[in-house]
Amino acid sequence: MTDLRQHAVEVDEQFSDELDVGVDEIEERLETLVSDYRVPIEEARRSVVSTYLDEADMEREQLSDGDQAAEVADIDEPEEWLDLTAKVVELWEPRADSIAQVGLLGDETGTVKFTKWAKSDLSELEEDGVYRLGNLVTDEYEGRFSVKLNSTTTIEAIDEEIEVGDDATEVEGAMVDIQSGSGLIKRCPDEDCTRVLQNGRCSEHGEVDGEFDLRIKGVLDDGGEVHEVIFDQEATEALTGIGLEEAQEMAKDALDTEVVVEEMRETILGRYYRVTGPTLGRYVLANETETLEEAPDAEDVLIKARSL
Amino acid sequence: MSESAPTREVARRAFAAEFNDASYTFKESDDERAPLYALLPTGARANRVYVVGTLTETEDVGEDSEYWRGRVVDPTGTFFSYAGQYQPEAASALRETETPAYVAVVGKPRTFETDEGDMNVSLRPESITIVDAATRDRWVVETADRTLERIEAFDGAASQGGEAAAPDEYATMAETQYDSDLSMYRDQVIAALEDLEETEVTAEA
Repeated sequence: MTDLRQHAVEVDEQFSDELDVGVDEIEERLETLVSDYRVPIEEARRSVVSTYLDEADMEREQLSDGDQAAEVADIDEPEEWLDLTAKVVELWEPRADSIAQVGLLGDETGTVKFTKWAKSDLSELEEDGVYRLGNLVTDEYEGRFSVKLNSTTTIEAIDEEIEVGDDATEVEGAMVDIQSGSGLIKRCPDEDCTRVLQNGRCSEHGEVDGEFDLRIKGVLDDGGEVHEVIFDQEATEALTGIGLEEAQEMAKDALDTEVVVEEMRETILGRYYRVTGPTLGRYVLANETETLEEAPDAEDVLIKARSL
Repeated sequence: MSESAPTREVARRAFAAEFNDASYTFKESDDERAPLYALLPTGARANRVYVVGTLTETEDVGEDSEYWRGRVVDPTGTFFSYAGQYQPEAASALRETETPAYVAVVGKPRTFETDEGDMNVSLRPESITIVDAATRDRWVVETADRTLERIEAFDGAASQGGEAAAPDEYATMAETQYDSDLSMYRDQVIAALEDLEETEVTAEA
């Protein structure tokens, strides 16, 4: 196959769901640009793709790049287009009219949140159903990844069972740092947003009246590996003994929200913990936290030391 | 994982006796902001350490402004921690903590040359918090374990040598810089663990 033909085949594949163009026509257009107009092949391909994008009324991002089959565990970048074969593990109650369905998708490698927009007008996903989902786009929020179904997404129910992987990990170590953005924080009140405010401003919605929340972004270090861990309000209260109400009282008395995280630092920094939960980007989300109070057995280490 | 996010430096575990011998420091790039590493004699680079011990003494040794020195003692020796105006939280912990107390210190190794020309190793704390005896005991066992791992890796690198396997970069560096007899560090590990077992027996009795 000539280079031109190869490019033509690839472009044809990219539009296969949208347009019935034909490899010959694409090759001919490429040929004209490359041979007659001396345009480099990459530029020629770009130009041909643009023509068909206009014709199909599509955005460039919506193009499938051929083989984009992925697994849940591969998702580590926002705004990537990919295909998943996954099971609908859970469906949640959508919190806004703009969302048709929201829930959890899973495959052998783990689970990921999905959102299906109402305006995309896609067919309904059923709980426990297994689907081949084409052209999803990934998104990231605070280190947590999700996938969005959009108007270019293809949904195909398949008769296959998927054993959904448990992506919970267990990490332990000493709490060596508490990162900024921990303690008593304020989130954007917008239903779909919940971003953490910086000086009363949401990066999306500007100045808003925030809603108080508790969170800890901590670092567990076992001397060999470092893990970043997020504790949500419930986990933070369990860990520090400080609940949201008490935290707000503390901040009110001191006229400063920083007192909350300062107090939390004194309680948890330098102690050993074991945390279990799903991995979300670089973070482990603490579902279960255990304070390691029992000193480990010195005997085994002593035997090893004497044998060296 | 995204490549762009800089990875946080792991906090090494080392007993005071080994830490205080880590007088050779180096950077791995010419970048002015490149992390500074102290070379542990058992063959590991340490940009950060986590230590737990007994804070036995604190003193403001500053001349013009506050500069606090804390002595943190483990079964093998003493970590000297210095905190001034650029480590306000650690400085206030040293100012306010009543000694003796078990403390956990996360910090960076720093070296300075004494008037006599010796290299001294100290600890510049990022945080100092009061902890309990269980945390301290756990640290002793963990630090013993990590130290033995390094000694084992070091011996492995040394015995294999040549073409068998690439000897560990930091083991080689430690051999060149210090030429120390690692059995000394192994003996300290044994002493630290025996000390721990004795206190446990005493506590149970």
